[in-house]
Amino acid sequence: MLSCRQATRLMSEAQDRKLGLAEKMSLELHLAMCKGCTNYRAQVSFLRDACRRYLADVREGQE
Amino acid sequence: MSPDSSPLMDDVFVTALRHDLLKFARLQLRNDALAEDMIQEALAAALAGARRFEGRAALKTWIFAILRNKIVDHFRVSGRVTNVSALSPEEAGLDQAFEALFKANEHWAPDARPSAWGDPEEALVQQRFWAVFDACLNHLPAGTARVFMMREFLELETAEICRALEITAGNCNVILHRARNGLRRCLDKNWFSPEPTRC
Repeated sequence: MLSCRQATRLMSEAQDRKLGLAEKMSLELHLAMCKGCTNYRAQVSFLRDACRRYLADVREGQE
Repeated sequence: MSPDSSPLMDDVFVTALRHDLLKFARLQLRNDALAEDMIQEALAAALAGARRFEGRAALKTWIFAILRNKIVDHFRVSGRVTNVSALSPEEAGLDQAFEALFKANEHWAPDARPSAWGDPEEALVQQRFWAVFDACLNHLPAGTARVFMMREFLELETAEICRALEITAGNCNVILHRARNGLRRCLDKNWFSPEPTRC
């Protein structure tokens, strides 16, 4: 069983590489039971979205 | 198209362009003089390139790509002299703050459990949010910020970052995780300031 601390590492790495099947399954199992980590995942994915938007705005010159 | 009619001869266009280029370069480099130099080089390269573009947006995208490549090259060269894997006191502080989020069994401490951020899309359309986001990015320690910027703003794969900075994949993961958690906490505290939730 994954700890929340371990889960946060996997959630960060999932932004950078494809997780292995075992990693993915243990993470999904953990997320199914943990609201805190589910929120963490949404927050980390928001960071990616915000960076993309920031980049697009600068490139397209929107303020 | 004659050289005289190039958008790069139009002061209004170039001023606005420089403003956006500078914003991008400063964020990456954290050094105004160096950012200015890179922009000069990128603009000079664009002028020398003498390419034809359908419209100013395409020209701007192209100049951004030139600037981006120059910044990547700069990091490749300086990455070998800057040791991003060395732990500064600020980075050690972020790591301690991360560890403090958990109980002894590595599950969230009740007051540190991440909360729902509501509709974050709403934040992205607000001017003030971007000021907070900027401040949080600039607040990251230099080495941590560099790796995060290379990943998210220069859009390099982690393998390329590892090669450029001569760090291990494990190290790269640790640094990106530190950056994300630092940013997440900074935004949580300074923008979302949410209600606590139960696990």
